[in-house]
Amino acid sequence: MTQSLTRKGNKAVSAETESAFNIHPMDQFVVKPLFGGELAWYSVTNVTLWMGISVVAVIALLVIGTRGRAVVPSRSQSIAEIIYGFVHKMVEDIAGKEGLRYFPYIMTLFMFIVLANLLGLLPKSFTTTSHIAVTATMALAVFVFVTLLGFVKNGTKFLSLFWISSAPLPLRPILALIEIISYFVRPISHSIRLAGNMMAGHAVIKVFAGFAGAMGFGAVFPIVGIMAVYGLEMLVTVIQAYVFTILTCVYLNDALHPAH
Amino acid sequence: MASETTTGASEHAVGMPQLDISTFSNQIFWLVITLVIIYLVLSKIALPRIASVLSDRQMAISNDLAKAEDLKQAAIDAERAYNLALSEARAEAQTIIEEAKAEIKQELLVATEKADVEISKKAAESEKAISEIRKGAIKAVEEVANDTAQAILGKVMPSLSNEATIKKAVSDRMKD
Repeated sequence: MTQSLTRKGNKAVSAETESAFNIHPMDQFVVKPLFGGELAWYSVTNVTLWMGISVVAVIALLVIGTRGRAVVPSRSQSIAEIIYGFVHKMVEDIAGKEGLRYFPYIMTLFMFIVLANLLGLLPKSFTTTSHIAVTATMALAVFVFVTLLGFVKNGTKFLSLFWISSAPLPLRPILALIEIISYFVRPISHSIRLAGNMMAGHAVIKVFAGFAGAMGFGAVFPIVGIMAVYGLEMLVTVIQAYVFTILTCVYLNDALHPAH
Repeated sequence: MASETTTGASEHAVGMPQLDISTFSNQIFWLVITLVIIYLVLSKIALPRIASVLSDRQMAISNDLAKAEDLKQAAIDAERAYNLALSEARAEAQTIIEEAKAEIKQELLVATEKADVEISKKAAESEKAISEIRKGAIKAVEEVANDTAQAILGKVMPSLSNEATIKKAVSDRMKD
């Protein structure tokens, strides 16, 4: 083990000097137009391609997969039903019966995030959800929607979310300040959590891959590392989609039932 | 990593591409389109379809359960009817057996009586026959005794061989 480590070190040093040891873990995240030209807001880019593939995957799974409408489901229909039941139960458990009105929106977010995350694990793919612009847009949309919904549904009573009536009176203003800060930090943590997880995992895989390319037979070790991290990333992609969705449900519940 | 800057920033990412604000409008534009398409597909086609399939299945299951409950009830009824029929049949069989027994007893009684009568008749006949035989035998014995006595006396003391006295003596002896 120590031998291999020193060999790895030697190789790395020699590769560095030969300038063949170039690891560019962040290259995979570059947004570039597919058909050349300058990048404009309407350009068809790799973002377009991979978001389009997620749309196709959603349609394949939830529309084509369920076309049999069978009482005894096929495999794909079973998967679609399990996902439906999973998200439906999550919304109902966390946001209550009234929350089910917003189930299609939450299902949309979950399907997009989970499929974008999983598709991002394909070699050579582009992970749309690793970009803060994408996750922040979704998180802000949730934040704005939930805040407006809270005021529309409850009027000024929505502010009782920040005024904790169960706490002793002198503490309440301090708690209110903390609650308000935490409320406005929500979209930031909501978006950075997802993008950060996706970016970090993919960058780690790419760094290992760079080692493997420069190590010859010693590449066995980084390849084993890639396999391990890949397995972990499979878990992380689904868990992060779940976390994003469940937090959306929690925020929705705050808007529907602001009283603590 | 220092070599990166010399090879050119256009080829490789510098820093985090995520923080390149010039790409934000493009990403947000396509994200909004993607989410709208997914939302329309889900809310117009996929979700109603899956919901209807799930409710159909729920209905089918509850229908089947109700049917199973009915069938179970029918099975219980059938079993009860079967048991009832069985006990009736058993009771009927019992009465038939009783009747048959009584009849047989009656017949047996009649037959026994008849047989008794016949037996007594036969016994009387036999008795009569026996007494006749016995009577005959006694007479025969007497005759033989007479003859024997006469023969003996005729040889021993011929003066005494009076037929009448011998007969009397023999019949006196026979009476003992």
